[in-house]
This record gives sequence, structure tokens and C-alpha cells, in this order.
Amino acid sequence: MGFIHRLLTLIMKILVCITNVPDTTAKITFTDNDTKLNKAGVQYIIGPYDDYALARAVELKEQLGGSVTVLHVGEADADPQIRKALAIGADDAIRINADPVDSYFTAAQIAHVAAENKYDLILMGRESIDFNSGVVHGLVGEMLGIPSYSPVMKLDIDGTTATLAREIDGGKETLSASLPLVLGCQEPISEWKIPNMRGIMTARTKPLNVVEPVSGEVLTSPEKYSLPAPKGACKMIPAAEAETLIKLLRTEAKVI
Amino acid sequence: MSVLIFVELDNGAVKKTSLEAVAYGAEVAKLTGTTATVLALGKADVSSLAQTGAFGATKVLHAADEKLTHENSLAYADILAQAVQQENSKVVIISKSGLGDAVAARASAKLKAGIVSGVTELPVVNGSFTVKRSIYTGKAFSNVEVKSDIKILVVKKNAIEVVESSGTAAVENFGPTLRDSDFQASVGAVEKASSELSLTEADIIVSGGRGMKGPENWQPLLDFAKALGAATGCSKPVSDLDWRPHHEHIGQTGIKVAPNLYIACGISGAIQHLAGVNGSKYIVVINKDPEAPFFKAADYGIVGDVFDVLPKLTKAVEDLK
Ligand SMILES: Cc1cc2nc3c(=O)[nH]c(=O)nc-3n(C[C@H](O)[C@H](O)[C@H](O)COP(=O)(O)OP(=O)(O)OC[C@H]3O[C@@H](n4cnc5c(N)ncnc54)[C@H](O)[C@@H]3O)c2cc1C
Ligand SMILES: Nc1ncnc2c1ncn2[C@@H]1O[C@H](COP(=O)(O)O)[C@@H](O)[C@H]1O
Repeated sequence: MGFIHRLLTLIMKILVCITNVPDTTAKITFTDNDTKLNKAGVQYIIGPYDDYALARAVELKEQLGGSVTVLHVGEADADPQIRKALAIGADDAIRINADPVDSYFTAAQIAHVAAENKYDLILMGRESIDFNSGVVHGLVGEMLGIPSYSPVMKLDIDGTTATLAREIDGGKETLSASLPLVLGCQEPISEWKIPNMRGIMTARTKPLNVVEPVSGEVLTSPEKYSLPAPKGACKMIPAAEAETLIKLLRTEAKVI
Repeated sequence: MSVLIFVELDNGAVKKTSLEAVAYGAEVAKLTGTTATVLALGKADVSSLAQTGAFGATKVLHAADEKLTHENSLAYADILAQAVQQENSKVVIISKSGLGDAVAARASAKLKAGIVSGVTELPVVNGSFTVKRSIYTGKAFSNVEVKSDIKILVVKKNAIEVVESSGTAAVENFGPTLRDSDFQASVGAVEKASSELSLTEADIIVSGGRGMKGPENWQPLLDFAKALGAATGCSKPVSDLDWRPHHEHIGQTGIKVAPNLYIACGISGAIQHLAGVNGSKYIVVINKDPEAPFFKAADYGIVGDVFDVLPKLTKAVEDLK
């Protein structure tokens, strides 16, 4: 086992799929008769869960050797975020030049690249913070015919075996499975990494390959966007009469 | 042609969120002129399965194989796809959860079915099939047209008003083909706080933030939650500091909850926290700072010290009994 084991870990190839999403504090509004997100003044970031996946991938590479490729399905405005991922420690990047509106379509694009390059580990975020679907990892896993697990809070690799801790309803479970795997990550799998000066310098010359999408079906399409109805005024209760709250919750809101 | 609803079980009983999914599926069945069939996997209490009839199901397919009792999204998706084919279902309903999303995703790839996760209302069916979903972590909605022949909807809590009737559903044995490849992972330790109420299922949640000042001060909050029969949650810094376990962390990067009542104690109301609670029906905020942003998202507010207010509230609840 020893020799094969070393050989396998030496060539460990990790793919990290990242989204390009409005910052968590961004104010969301729409334009063009509510058919498009109003991008004016919105700052974009790497999805926070994808950032955990990337951080763990970089740590695993440092520990085991191998390479980290970042992949994004989206348009050119994502390039600064992809460069940031390279600055954090990915070796190269692929951007599939397509609008990722449908989970099935996006997953099919990712699966196509993954099938060509044979990664040992495909790390994603537990969910994107624009769609909050939490489905692209499962779709890609099934399309590649390999297992997928999410949300993963802890991940260690030993040879070709991954040991992971996964959140389940009200707790967690430990699992071990053979590579290749697709995993949706969340904290505390790692801590977000901030690029250092050297990383930022080297990221400029790392390859970012832009490829056109393969033909694929779009099974769902957004028609119109809307905002939640504004909240009514908050009813204030003096602290000295706190028990009034309990009465109101029973008689007015009828929730207790 | 029936609408197929995948349900999650807890100790053999259908989870409350899944019963909501059954009620949702039954409404979709009415809209599309068909019936609602439930799919339940693993060891189950047959009377609990039959009880889905009270939420509108006419039939339950039950695959009772012991191997399916432990949650396994790979196998569940496989079996769901087999049930869809047997029933010739065009719409699949699953309630939103980590497991629900995983099963929906893998089934979507098997069936080439369009998937919409985070659905908040019944679909509009008139030639086309459109559903409303939550996006940008509760900050907006999107109306999505599903164009594929088979459609999978992953439905959020409170997407419809549930009315319970008195019907029962016929429970049938279902014998799907199990694939060895779905059972290859070896499951180690399972840590589950079984005595605690699960946050995603709870009707009431009492949640604490950094304003609670330290783990040793949680007792008044726990007492209040106990009096209300509520689950307990916390803000991110609280779990980062290990004052409370990670699985209580609510928000953008934690659990998203949608209880009938969310009570925030000493939480400022940062946008990332609000993202996890904006599906709640009513929000109560207790904070000593009248300028705390959380009050803007609240229905009821008390400006005051949590350590002064919480015992009074606990007493008021106990006095109701
Ligand atoms: C990418 C990203 C993701 C994040 N995800 C999450 C997330 O999922 N969930 C989350 O919660 N946060 C998240 N955060 C952090 C978030 O921005 C806030 O920092 C956090 O929610 C603040 O927690 P808090 O309200 O408990 O603490 P604080 O902001 O410190 O607020 C404490 C509050 O308690 C009040 N207080 C103090 N003493 C008392 C008293 N005795 N009685 C009554 N009130 C009192 C204060 O007035 C204050 O309003 C995220 C941040 C980032 C950048
Ligand atoms: N357009 C995309 N490009 C690359 N990765 C993506 C894309 N969309 C989703 N993903 C990955 O899939 C995960 C889950 O996304 P979602 O299913 O949209 O919630 C994300 O955290 C990403 O890791």
C-alpha cells in the first residue's frame, strides 16, 4: 500500500466550484420591469460557503501535495473573484462562459469539465447565497456517478479515503467514504483565508482559462423577481410591563 | 400520474415539516387533477404513515427495508426515481432540509427533472407551470417557470396554511431495487441531541446573542424556552465563542429557520443573522439598545436588559398555565 498510497496523494487533484454573489450586506433591488438584478452599487464576493471549501482545499494541498483548480460557471464580471481565489492559493482556474440560471444546466457544465479532468475531490459550498438551492453538488455527483455529501463540517483525507463530519438534523455524524467525492462545505471545516501580497502577485500570472459551455438543457427559467412586503411597525412594550408581551402573543398574534 | 411526496421520518413518525409537504402536494394534486402519493423509507410507524391521509394523501408507498432507516440521500434518491417511474409522476414534492435538497438534486439528475428549491407558494398551473421561490437568503423572490416534463419542488416551511382533516391513506409495501454502491460509505459516530427540539421543526425559538454576555448566563433563556416549549438558537459569534453548540447557530452561514415565533435576546440584528430568520411569522426582540437594527424587523419589541426581562416573561408564561 505504501508506495501506491504515496503516489495517489502526490497527484491529488482538487476542484473547487465557486459562485460570484452579491455581498451578504448588499441591498437587493431589481430593474428592467423586475426581470434583472440591479447591479448598481452591489459589491460581489466569492460565496461564503465556497470560501470555506476553497480554504480547506488549499490546506489539503499544502498537507498532501497535488493541485487545486477553481471553476466558475458565469460571465466575465466574475474574473476579479476568480483571481482572488487564485491569490488565496488555487493553482489555476476555469471559467465556463455562460449565465448560470438553472441548477441542472450549471451542474451539467461542471460535470462535463470534471469528467474530462478526473478530479479526486470536488469541493463546493453548502449553498450559493443568491439561489440558496443547495443542489448543485448532488446534481454533479449523480451526473458523474459518484457520491455527494453536504453539509460537511470537517474533512480529512488519508490516501483514497475521506473521513468527514456532516451536519444532520439536530446533530452531526461521522462518515468515511472512498474518493472521488463531491462535497458541499460549511464552517467549521476551515477558516476563511485572506490573500497575502505574494499570493496577489502570483495570481496575476496563474492561468484562467475561459471556455464556452457545452450544449445543455435549461429546465427552469426565472420570469420575474419581487421583494418581500415591507414589515409593519414594531409594537414596543415597556420593560416594566414585560408580561404584557406574553398576553399579546397569546391574544393578538395567537402564537403561544 | 399522482403527485409524489417524499417524507422524512423521525423515530418512525412522519416529521411535521414533511406533513406540510404532504398538504402542499395534495393541493398541487388538486390543481393538476390527480391524487397525492407519499413515499416513506425505512422503519416506520404504519399508523403515522396512514395519518398522512389527514393532510390529503390517498396512498403511501412504504419501502420498509431496515437498510433504509439510517438517512442515506444516495439510496433515497435512487428509490424516489423508481417510485416516480412506477407512479408515472410528473410533480415531486420534498420539504426543504439538507436531506431534502440532496435527495431532490440526485433525483433531478436521474430523471432530468427541473428542480426549484426554496418554494414559498403553490404553483400557478395554466399551460405553463410557475412557482415562487425565495432567493438572496430571504431578501427577494423569483417566479420560476419549470419547463421539464417531470418537476421537483423543494418547499419551505409555511408555504401554505395546513388544514388537517380526518382521512387516512392506504399504506402499500414498496420493494425498490437497492444498489450496493449507495451503501458503501461507513457511518461512524452519530451525535444527536435527541432530547432537544429540532430548530427546523420548532414552532417557537428563543435565541441568544452576545448580549447574553457568557455561557454561564444562559439559564434564564433556557428557562423561558422550556416554559414556552421552544427550541433554542444563537447568533454566530455565540457559537464561534463556544458559548453554545454550533448546530444552534442561526443565520446566513448557519441554520435558516421559519418558526411561528422567533424571540431574539441580546442579538443586534445584523443582516447575516436576519437572513436566517426572515421566514418567521412573528419576531420579538429584546435588546437594551433602542437603536438595535433588529427592531426594524420585529413585530414586538422590548427595550431592556435581558437579565431583567427574561425572568418576568418566564413567570408570565407559567402564570398562563
Ligand atoms: C459572511 C458573514 C456571514 C455571517 N453569518 C452570520 C450568521 O449566519 N449568523 C449570525 O448571527 N451572524 C453572522 N455573521 C455575523 C454578523 O455580522 C454579526 O456580527 C452577528 O450576528 C452579531 O451577533 P450578536 O448580535 O450576537 O452580537 P452583537 O452585534 O455584539 O450584538 C449584541 C447585542 O446585544 C445587546 N445587548 C448587550 N447587552 C445586553 C443586555 N444585557 N440586555 C439586552 N441586550 C443587550 C446589544 O445592544 C447588541 O445589540 C456573519 C458575518 C459575515 C461577515
Ligand atoms: N455558477 C456556478 N459556478 C460554479 N459553482 C457553482 C455555481 N453555482 C453553484 N455552484 C456550486 O454549488 C454550490 C451549491 O449551489 P446551489 O445549489 O446554487 O445552492 C455552491 O456553493 C457552489 O460551490
